[in-house]
Amino acid sequence: MPEGEAVVRVRDVIKEFGPLRVLDGVGFEVTRGQTVAIVGRSGSGKSTLLRCVAGLETIQGGSIEVCGHPVGRPGSAARAQLRRDVGMVFQSYNLFPHLTVERNITLALTLVKKQSRDDARKRAAEVLGLVGLTDKLGAYPEQLSGGQQQRVAIARSLALQPQVMLFDEVTSALDPELTAEVLGVMEDLARRGMTMITVTHEMGFARRVADLVVFMHKGKVWEIGPTAELFANPRTAEFRQFVGSEL
Amino acid sequence: MIQLSATHILYLVEAARWTVLLSLIAFAGGALVGLPLALMRVSRSKLLRGLASVYIQIVQGTPLLIVLFLSYFGLGILGYKLDPLVAAGISFTIYAAAFLGEIWRGCIEAVPKTQWEASDCLGLNPVQQYAYVILPQAVRIATPPTVGFMVQIVKNTSLASVIGFVELARAGQIVNNSTFEPFAIFAVVGAIYFAICYPLSVVGRYLERKANAGR
Repeated sequence: MPEGEAVVRVRDVIKEFGPLRVLDGVGFEVTRGQTVAIVGRSGSGKSTLLRCVAGLETIQGGSIEVCGHPVGRPGSAARAQLRRDVGMVFQSYNLFPHLTVERNITLALTLVKKQSRDDARKRAAEVLGLVGLTDKLGAYPEQLSGGQQQRVAIARSLALQPQVMLFDEVTSALDPELTAEVLGVMEDLARRGMTMITVTHEMGFARRVADLVVFMHKGKVWEIGPTAELFANPRTAEFRQFVGSEL
Repeated sequence: MIQLSATHILYLVEAARWTVLLSLIAFAGGALVGLPLALMRVSRSKLLRGLASVYIQIVQGTPLLIVLFLSYFGLGILGYKLDPLVAAGISFTIYAAAFLGEIWRGCIEAVPKTQWEASDCLGLNPVQQYAYVILPQAVRIATPPTVGFMVQIVKNTSLASVIGFVELARAGQIVNNSTFEPFAIFAVVGAIYFAICYPLSVVGRYLERKANAGR
């Protein structure tokens, strides 16, 4: 896929939880190599939006395409393709507590990618190197700090070589020092040209790293645009207020 | 009156072997039927959930004694004259499956939903999710209540005496009928039950510690 073409296309997405409409006609596009920051207050629908792109929520209207394929239903060929294209990192890390760091990473490599145990181990060491945790191969998640766990979670996702990485408030459970080490890994990824969508409260990170900022408010894309431009000239009172309160 | 002798004690110990055997049958049969029941209870299919739920409701709402009567005397009237051990084995399987199914359902559901989501996002299919992510964590949660239930089973096997199955409690009664030293005899019977159940609890605690060692 050439540079500049949309890797993720979200169009008029509607998501309802019972009578509550959480996403109300949301649309945006992400091109290859872009880092997108989705920002907004709690309850604005930003995490739900990301979960819809990851196929973790079914949508009631609109469409989502990743790398030209629809998100699809669980068990469909389209969904299997989505799983190959998209990596997801969660706020609560969600490592498998009964498995070592290495096995956390090799599990999907051997089961889904059908790699040999040896190849998978090599890949695990490689991606752990990228997040600076090569020495933690044999550790269990509980023996690691939150920041280390989150870096392992990022490595686990990276190992599968996704086209797009989704980050759902991945530093919200961490104290500032550990937040910095995780954000450092993410900046590094962005520099290497990974296409990323991050839902974040870290305005400093959004300003520094994101190419595109999406401001969500009341289930809608309230403002969207190149980062510097958007922060310099907020068009709406809501975004101005949001930026003011976050700083 | 005959004095309580070593022969009597030996008789009790031999009867205890039947208690152990019936307990093993109950646990093996209960596990074999209980695990599918637990998986049915958490399945996406409404039909499977419903079927398992009806089974569990009925069995949990019926005294074990009635299940024993039905499978021994009930089936006997219908022409299926079962050996007391077979009838007791079937009854205890039916009984243990319902309880283990329900205990294990709770343990499967106690694994956080986020573990499903994370393994889904890595591309694991539902069978792989169960086998590699959910069940190993559920087993860890299930160990203490499962051991607790096994201890209950051992003690409940005494009910099988009502269909003529001579296990430890029944053997105690028989010895008592000839010696009439209930205090001594039933103290010995109780001690033998304890000797069976206590190691179970110890093994349970050991398994629990072992499961938590890596954490």
